[in-house]
Amino acid sequence: MTLEKKRILIAKPGLDGHDVGAKVIALALRDAGAEVIYTGLRRSPEQIVRIAVDEDVDMLGLSILSGSHKELATSIIARLREEDAGDIKVFVGGTIPEEDFEALRAEGVSGIFTSEMTIESVIAEVDSQLS
Amino acid sequence: MTKPASTTQHDHLSRTPSGIEVPITVTPEMAGEAALGAPGQFPFTRGIFENGYRGRLWTIRQYSGFGTAESTNERYRFLLDRGQTGLSVALDLPTQCGYDPDDEMAMSEIGKVGVSLSTLAEAEILFDQIDLSKISTSFTINGTAAIIYAMYLAVADKKGVPRAQLTGTIQNDILKEYVARGTWIFPVRPSMRLIADSVLYANEQTPRFNPISIAGAHVRDAGCTAAEEMAYTLANGLAYVDEFKRRGGDIDHFAKRLSFFFYVHMDLFEEVAKFRAGRRMWAKMLSERYGVSDEKALQFRFGVVCGGSSLTAAQPMNNVVRVGIETMAAVMGGAQSIFTCAFDEAYQIPTENSAEIALRTQQIVAQESGVARTVDPLGGSYYVEWLTDQMEEMIGTIMDEVDAYGGVVKAIEDGYLQAKIAERAKERKEATDSGARPVVGVNVGTRDKSESDRGEMFSQDPETVKQVLEKHKRTMERRDQAAVDKALAALGAAAATDTENVMPHLVDCCHAYATVGEMVATLKKEWGEFQEPIRF
Repeated sequence: MTLEKKRILIAKPGLDGHDVGAKVIALALRDAGAEVIYTGLRRSPEQIVRIAVDEDVDMLGLSILSGSHKELATSIIARLREEDAGDIKVFVGGTIPEEDFEALRAEGVSGIFTSEMTIESVIAEVDSQLS
Repeated sequence: MTKPASTTQHDHLSRTPSGIEVPITVTPEMAGEAALGAPGQFPFTRGIFENGYRGRLWTIRQYSGFGTAESTNERYRFLLDRGQTGLSVALDLPTQCGYDPDDEMAMSEIGKVGVSLSTLAEAEILFDQIDLSKISTSFTINGTAAIIYAMYLAVADKKGVPRAQLTGTIQNDILKEYVARGTWIFPVRPSMRLIADSVLYANEQTPRFNPISIAGAHVRDAGCTAAEEMAYTLANGLAYVDEFKRRGGDIDHFAKRLSFFFYVHMDLFEEVAKFRAGRRMWAKMLSERYGVSDEKALQFRFGVVCGGSSLTAAQPMNNVVRVGIETMAAVMGGAQSIFTCAFDEAYQIPTENSAEIALRTQQIVAQESGVARTVDPLGGSYYVEWLTDQMEEMIGTIMDEVDAYGGVVKAIEDGYLQAKIAERAKERKEATDSGARPVVGVNVGTRDKSESDRGEMFSQDPETVKQVLEKHKRTMERRDQAAVDKALAALGAAAATDTENVMPHLVDCCHAYATVGEMVATLKKEWGEFQEPIRF
């Protein structure tokens, strides 16, 4: 797997405490060879961007199940650009309605993962985008 | 015999999801001569009531709340009009985590997963035209449970309803929030103190109200098995009992008002066996370990939620059938209150239409199926009695593991339980991906999505955030600031002591229209914040 040596930050922005998906993906990415950092719950966009920049990650995965994905992803991507870190690929996972996919992609989100997707397909998608 | 779920849970034909190997035929000898006792008698395997549901049907209690207090009040009156018998309040994340609507952390989440309830002014609107002396109200609230309970008392005071007449439940179970769902605020030990304060105060002020509902539901939905759900819940229950006793509570008294809350997933007989085993174990533990003799104090009363992660976003109408089967399991397991999820809850806040079907599902089970006719209808089934024994054994083994680790509080502070559940969730996901765990519409009977699958879409009033912020501002302007400052200062002073109960001060703060955020900030100053152990 080419995920070896890739650095990935999995983050929980906002107040949503449903962290199962974030942890499952973090474990799977780790098993696939990546170095994974997990922020824990309730991080502000500012804190997440700070960690992403300081840790020099290749990818940032945002786990959001509260319906606030548009606001939070937009705010985080804007801050990454301000920090000159627009090259960090941002993925969003959670309960994301299909009708929001296009808007998220337009904001600069590289991939959207829902619970219906298999772990294998998520890893494959991350792999292809990071290589 | 039993094996840990991790290696076996996905051989669905021969093993239950918890990992119990099931023979094709269970013989009368295997079902054993376990001392079942009669319904309503120790150890209550067959239920806590002698007359089952003939005396009183379970409470139909649909979890609901979104947007503003006005829109939620309207939905409550709709549900009560359609035959619901109790309210269950869903609160938004800022209210659950202790942030006011105008806090930067709150902005994007106002009114999203529940109603925004920042001050007494909103609570007054929420319960407008609802008779609190007749309708019981349940609050799914934990980190800020003591505050929301205080607010409920303040609303009742203002409406002139005597506190002694109030019925309902606050979840108030912080231990499981550290393990799953994550609406913790303070470190574990001051949180336990706050819960003890509220439970002891409630016993005295609102004797018909359940001040804690010890919940396995969230860890279950996060990924663990039915046996683990019951084991962790019983372990948490014992930790609370020890804390309340340490604070001077009389167990024969407070144990009568302890209640429990679980998920019901799809394995019908394992779910029934889980409830029967849990009920028996709780009664035995309170009797043997604490010498409780009062029958009422030994009774394990529980509510359930049917649906959750057993529902699928694919072919969502199938969820109506799933919830129907789960409701049967809840009733045959002897639940005291049931919440049935709507078929569209896997992807949105239910519409009035889907919420009504969920409610009707319970009425169909209650009125048409005949399942409520006789108490414990599965009692004496070779399979169910055998499985109840097997579950009891497995639950006991899991509880012993937690004890061996150093107890549930330590296991949570260290992140041990959190890591275990994350592993379980991954196994479950992998089993679904591979098809080892069959889920219709997901890995069996799949097809392309069609337009008609989802039905009507729920749309939230786009003005919600603006309205909530405006109302919040108005309340802040109108209140007597000196009274707020005084009440908050008294709260802080009580929190700084080890022994003074903070509840009377929280009620005073609510009456003065102090905000949830202000009360939380005052307590944080004394108690600090929980630092999440990151371990995976």
